[in-house]
Amino acid sequence: MAYVAIADRDHEHELHDPQSFIRKYIWSQDHKVIAIQYAVVAIAIGLVALVMSVLMRLQLGFPDTFKLITPDHYYQFITMHGMIMVIYLLTALFLGGFGNYLIPLMLGSRDMVFPYMNMLSFWFYLLAVLVLVAGLFVPGGPTGAGWTLYPPQAILPGTPGATWGIICMLASLAIFIVAFTMGGLNYVTTVLQARCRGMTFMRMPLSVWGIFSASILGLLAFPALFVSAIMMTLDSVVGTSFFLPAVSSMGENLKHSGGSPLLFQHLFWFFGHPEVYIVALPAFGIVSDLLSTHARRNIFGYRMMVWAILAIACLSFVVWAHHMYISGMNPYFGFFFATTTLIIAVPTAIKVYNWVLTIWRGDVHLTVPMLFAIGFIFTFVNGGLTGLFLGNVTVDVPLSGTYFVVAHFHMVMGVSPILVVFGAIYHWYPKITGRMFDERLGKIHFWATFLGTYAIYLPMHYLGILGVPRRYYAYSDSIDFISPSVHIANEWISISAVFVAAVQLIFLFNLVWSYFHGKPAGGNPWRATSLEWQTPDTPPKHGNWGKDLPVVHRWAYDYNVPGAPNDFIPQNQPPDGSVPAGRDHGVKA
Amino acid sequence: MSLTVAYGALFTGIVVWLLLVSRFRARSWEALPAGADVDPEHRTPPARIGLWIFLGVISSLFALFISAFFMRMGHNGVASDWKPFPEPLILWINTAVLILGSVAMQWARANVSKGDSKRTRDALKVAGVMTIAFLVGQILAWRLMIISGYFQPHNPAVAFFYLLTLMHALHVIGGMYVWGRMLLRMRAQAGEQHTDQALELTRKFRLSVELCTVYWHYLLFVWLVVFALLLTHSIDSQFVFDRLCDAGSGWRLASG
Repeated sequence: MAYVAIADRDHEHELHDPQSFIRKYIWSQDHKVIAIQYAVVAIAIGLVALVMSVLMRLQLGFPDTFKLITPDHYYQFITMHGMIMVIYLLTALFLGGFGNYLIPLMLGSRDMVFPYMNMLSFWFYLLAVLVLVAGLFVPGGPTGAGWTLYPPQAILPGTPGATWGIICMLASLAIFIVAFTMGGLNYVTTVLQARCRGMTFMRMPLSVWGIFSASILGLLAFPALFVSAIMMTLDSVVGTSFFLPAVSSMGENLKHSGGSPLLFQHLFWFFGHPEVYIVALPAFGIVSDLLSTHARRNIFGYRMMVWAILAIACLSFVVWAHHMYISGMNPYFGFFFATTTLIIAVPTAIKVYNWVLTIWRGDVHLTVPMLFAIGFIFTFVNGGLTGLFLGNVTVDVPLSGTYFVVAHFHMVMGVSPILVVFGAIYHWYPKITGRMFDERLGKIHFWATFLGTYAIYLPMHYLGILGVPRRYYAYSDSIDFISPSVHIANEWISISAVFVAAVQLIFLFNLVWSYFHGKPAGGNPWRATSLEWQTPDTPPKHGNWGKDLPVVHRWAYDYNVPGAPNDFIPQNQPPDGSVPAGRDHGVKA
Repeated sequence: MSLTVAYGALFTGIVVWLLLVSRFRARSWEALPAGADVDPEHRTPPARIGLWIFLGVISSLFALFISAFFMRMGHNGVASDWKPFPEPLILWINTAVLILGSVAMQWARANVSKGDSKRTRDALKVAGVMTIAFLVGQILAWRLMIISGYFQPHNPAVAFFYLLTLMHALHVIGGMYVWGRMLLRMRAQAGEQHTDQALELTRKFRLSVELCTVYWHYLLFVWLVVFALLLTHSIDSQFVFDRLCDAGSGWRLASG
């Protein structure tokens, strides 16, 4: 019998598992398989971007040592590293990976509501990645326009990859957006329509709230990137002048005239700033669940957390031009966007307070996921505070072109969500594979990554305050304003970067080794309350729930409830205290 | 002025948000009050919700294209390289054809509600033919632009004309794909069923036809917005606008 997805089947219908290898693991419509496919591709392309960042750091730390790294290569690495990390790794992993795996399981659903479209979403994503990678091999190499792809230089001669490379990048982005739209429609509709009985909105785990809000943001914001990608492609290929003004390039007057580079910046950042929250909101949600579970306490201020997510999602659409203070905008508009930027800090700060209050006096278990979650709080506060500096026009203008921005951006948008990614992978690894990871290797991975990233980015703040410009290929001794300490700091940062990159091999080894040799995890090793830990099988089988869908009786944060026999009460446990039939919570009496 | 509007929008947004969150007042840690949870069996079909969300995505896409149109044209008067041109007259015919397609789709929806599978199929075919005619008409409009010598990609007015019409046409083609699949499945299954089972058949397809109809109406709405935008910024409308201004100033002079 042909495999038919089971998202909306009636309960009494028999569940037919896909039998063939191809249907089960390649052309799969099962949300769990699609999630793993997304995650594997995202991590693979993320490793490519990681290698590029190491090459950049080698050049900056030890200029004139690695002759193979030319200025063109350096700018190509910058561009590819930035775009891959933000779009193809973080967005794809949080929404395509965790979104796919967690939404149906946490909501007590059998699958996504449009499984076929979900499968197509992954294959379009893979195509987008392949087109992006193809850019490495086309004549001229990938684009070196900087990750924001600003025109006019992005498509002008003299910029690396200004012919084929930029086209590959723009085509890949357009395909990615199509893939995301198919996935995003699934995530949002599944949350709205496929929750099991008893799972009201205000009982959903915050992970789902974060992914849900981020998906809505993505559906509304990605079209802006799509519009700019299409228009720039036309400027490059057909000769339109949407973004290109009259330009004299290499001594030759080009045909373009009257185009507006600022228009591109507005479109790009109208997408770009919500994109920050497309990555951050799932991270916020997931870290809330990690903290609550491993501190054995209910999340502090659940309703406030939900409202804060919604407020951040709304406000993220009216702060975009704080990325453009130096573009020459009307100062009053600068004031407006500085105001909105400070306003969005309020719900964000509320979340930070609530995380801290959740673990305050909790029964904190310093497990590997918990270490990463706490590491996230530190790093996010650090990056958030420097964001308050840069949100103000008068402070941003002198700092905008310096390493201060690089440090801020990487702390808040790079390291913070990546720490959550690691924490989340360690947290749900036992459910996904049925085995525990090696705890000792996990802790080594955490401390090396956490301290290593601070060794990289704290000195960058110092460089920024000194006024060291970013985007430079090399800092020659002949530049007067570059102090000797800059060279020492750059060497230190580069050595740290190589160290942190190498440490990630421990993580990969742990994942693979534990898959074969890890201890059996049982159904609920963390003694967690949310539904994904209550599946009858671990890893969950096709259809997730066996014959009957679960029924939810409570929220996801009943930890250490006075009078309860255990320190957690699963969401599907009836009020009379009886254990739902067929469920093994993995708790030893 | 713009800043006032921006602050007004921000304030309105905050008020709307406060109103929205006031709906999420449930105490999550307590038992649900009676009737607080909708039975999953009685929820709106996911396909319907999915379509409305997709229409939101399309709205965002076209709103951004149209914003880009105005920003490129310039805030204080038309940019110097923006050269208006007369819209091909065939666009009026194409608009009429697309309206007819939408009407036929509505006819199909009415018939499927009555359980009349034959008329539903006929109406769907008419809608499809009209939509194909619209697409052919758009291609003719593009050809006419080239023949009449207005095809100059560096003129942003022309570039936006092609861009907006092409993006709309791509969405129409997407709708036609769904329409084709629906018609084929309907035909194949109708052939297998006895007449007395036709009613059941049309019930099964009721949702598909209804969603297709919504999509058709929405794309008609988008086209009307795009067409109005192109029309009001064409050389003809500028000519009319200039004449009106002249007449107005002449009247003021005469009365003064």
